[in-house]
Amino acid sequence: MSSMTKYQQFRTSATAQRRFGIGVRLVIAVLLIIFSIFPILWVISASLNPTGTLATQTLIPKNPGFGNYLTLLRMDQFPFWNWFLNSIKIASITSVLSLAITTLAAYAFSRFRFRGRQTMLKALLLINVFPGLLALVATFLMISQVGDVLPFIGLNNHLSLILVYLGGSMGINIWLMKGFLDTVPRDIDESAMVEGASDWQIFIQLILPLLRPILIVIGILNYIGTYGEFVLARVLLRSNETYTLMVGLQIFAGAQFQQRWGVFAAGALMGAVPIMIIYLALQDQIVGGLTQGAVKG
Amino acid sequence: MTSIAAQNVPKKASPSASILARILKLAALIAMDVLVVWFVTRLASLGYYPLVAAFAIITLFVNVVVLRKEAYPLRWMVVGLVLMALFTIYPIFFTVWVAFTNYGESHLITKQQAMDQILNEKYLPAEGKAYTWTAFKSEQGDYALWLVDPDGNGYLVKVGQVVTQPKPGEAGIGELDDKGIPITIAGYQRLNPFLAATDKNLTQVLFGEAGKTIQVRSPTEAAELLPLYVYDSTQDAMINQETGVIYTNLRGTFTSSAGQSLRPGFVASIKINNFRDFFISPALRGPMVQLVTWNFAFAFFSLLLNFSLGLAIAILFNDPAFPFKKFIRSLLIIPYTVPALITILIWRGMLNPQLGVISRALENLFGWSPPWFTDQWWAKIAILLVNLWLSYPYFMLICSGSLQSIPPDIYEAALVDGANPWQKFRRITLPLLLVAVGPLLIASFTFNFNNFNLIYLFNAGGPPIAGTPTPAGHTDILISYVYNLAFSGARGVNYGFAAAITIIIFVIVGAITLFQYRYTRMWEEVSENV
Repeated sequence: MSSMTKYQQFRTSATAQRRFGIGVRLVIAVLLIIFSIFPILWVISASLNPTGTLATQTLIPKNPGFGNYLTLLRMDQFPFWNWFLNSIKIASITSVLSLAITTLAAYAFSRFRFRGRQTMLKALLLINVFPGLLALVATFLMISQVGDVLPFIGLNNHLSLILVYLGGSMGINIWLMKGFLDTVPRDIDESAMVEGASDWQIFIQLILPLLRPILIVIGILNYIGTYGEFVLARVLLRSNETYTLMVGLQIFAGAQFQQRWGVFAAGALMGAVPIMIIYLALQDQIVGGLTQGAVKG
Repeated sequence: MTSIAAQNVPKKASPSASILARILKLAALIAMDVLVVWFVTRLASLGYYPLVAAFAIITLFVNVVVLRKEAYPLRWMVVGLVLMALFTIYPIFFTVWVAFTNYGESHLITKQQAMDQILNEKYLPAEGKAYTWTAFKSEQGDYALWLVDPDGNGYLVKVGQVVTQPKPGEAGIGELDDKGIPITIAGYQRLNPFLAATDKNLTQVLFGEAGKTIQVRSPTEAAELLPLYVYDSTQDAMINQETGVIYTNLRGTFTSSAGQSLRPGFVASIKINNFRDFFISPALRGPMVQLVTWNFAFAFFSLLLNFSLGLAIAILFNDPAFPFKKFIRSLLIIPYTVPALITILIWRGMLNPQLGVISRALENLFGWSPPWFTDQWWAKIAILLVNLWLSYPYFMLICSGSLQSIPPDIYEAALVDGANPWQKFRRITLPLLLVAVGPLLIASFTFNFNNFNLIYLFNAGGPPIAGTPTPAGHTDILISYVYNLAFSGARGVNYGFAAAITIIIFVIVGAITLFQYRYTRMWEEVSENV
């Protein structure tokens, strides 16, 4: 009997403790949420604040309006809209081409057996050890040298930037894609082969449709990475109208930060929101990708 | 296995179509080769030999892949391989090469190009002849000079021709005027002295035969000039013909024993000097020790703080019954969804000492706010704070994923044994978690070790360290220092030194990654999976 009451006491105290625990944790959660979204709220507020300087901002602006957004799109000296389009153009082309390159290579690695295959696969992983950032100086010198002969792949040119991005996109992505391809049963290929289909037909008509889910995830991660890339773009692009959004924002911040804080905030938000939406919508897939070793760049 | 072997051979299409395809393929290949040969020749003429070698090897590779049947699988990846070779592998080799040279400000061109420029310089020898001159210009824009020496003898000289001493009537020379100058020369028009003296082209023209040229030096004088320098290949030195001073090649600059140097310098191998400077140059030692210490400290404390917060949150909310779990998670990962560059710039605004919201709030509350950008310690704290905001969601996500994979019966067993929560965490959670996320922690360490964006965008490495030979700041890490060396140009770019530091970073990162592979046995797994 006494043991029973003791047990009941224990139970009630456990639930009470639990409730208390959840309450405390909810409070902590609220504090953490404030920490994590305050900067974003503050930027939203700044972008709607008509006075537009860093000094005069309050969290809830008086007379909110979209004046900063209009100013942003009308600045001659800082062609924001151009930068935005440049970023979208470069990120789209890069992610599509890089998907094409890596998928073809991964298909060959997964389906064919040839001499040097293992060595090449390992080499791809090893080369990835060297962060591309470190070869920055050499990449810059190389592009400027090539540009002395062929200016359209030289400095200050989107084509050369895209090529450099593509050169860095082999590696981990091939491994991810090959891993996925290895799980696609070979019977599919072999039955098609019996019917006389060529490798190319098998790849395009049978395998590619099966790859759609992973193509989307890798493509989007690649898009986000390219969109947010700063250093290479900063070094290789040299004039106002060729800048990407990230380079442009950095330069704008350097020049006009305090006086035109509201305009900067509007630009930062417009630049960030598309990516935030993609992330939040694809949370679960991206979390899956994270545990496989992706580090945000 | 036979089917696999069969796959390596391309399928045969109908014979005529395959012949057409082969012809087209060959034509495309030849066109590409011709273009590359032209391109490489132009590169070579500019002295970019490493790039020439890279393009030559890559083109050879493409040809082999396209022409040889055995290379069929490689055709599927040839574009990617070429791009990777050019933009990932070549830069690595090029970095290694540059690290052993003095490539940089005033050492940008090849030795041959620099020598050509130096050998082009002229001087007037003491015994050299000086003349008064009159210029003539033909319809085509060619110049001729009529020279009169101090004795009153007249000479005619044109570009690339020997000096002659014609009489009036010979070689189209008309009557002489009272100063002994022909009034006309057939095919040429005499320029009036004022026009000739202001004609900038005229002073550039080398009259007479090569090696014994005559040049206009002033409105009244033309003189026979000789090359100022002669190259002596046995000493690898330039000898000044006027003074006799010998300028020997010292680290890519012709330098006299008195320390004077000839411009321009050129790219030269300086062996391990860049590395020696990094490790033992007395002027650099102070800042380098600071930089490297902070670089490691920054990566370590970033990892510690970000991981701790991420883990704490993951443990707090690792409870299936917790309300609004998914919603809270979505709000908490918001920092992670904003492009890092934008986040960093936003924080720069928020911490702005006079105007930023955080500084103003602290001013209002305490009457004081930390000098986030001007004091080295507060700058370091600010950077760690911003990095915490940027990265804790990442650790939260990976930790909560791994926590769920820890089997609950272990905790039940611990409860039976009477373990308190701290013991459970210390003895069960942490060890199991570290096994799962260990490799990601190491990867994150190396990422932060080279977290250029944060350092550069937040404060450009500031505040500056006083009295360094090249600009460096208290929050600079190696990679941002390299960027300044190569691109800021405040005190002259130095690609060679920048490349040498890059290689040192390579070595550090490589060692950490090797450790990661060993620690996780990832390499063995890779070997099994290929």
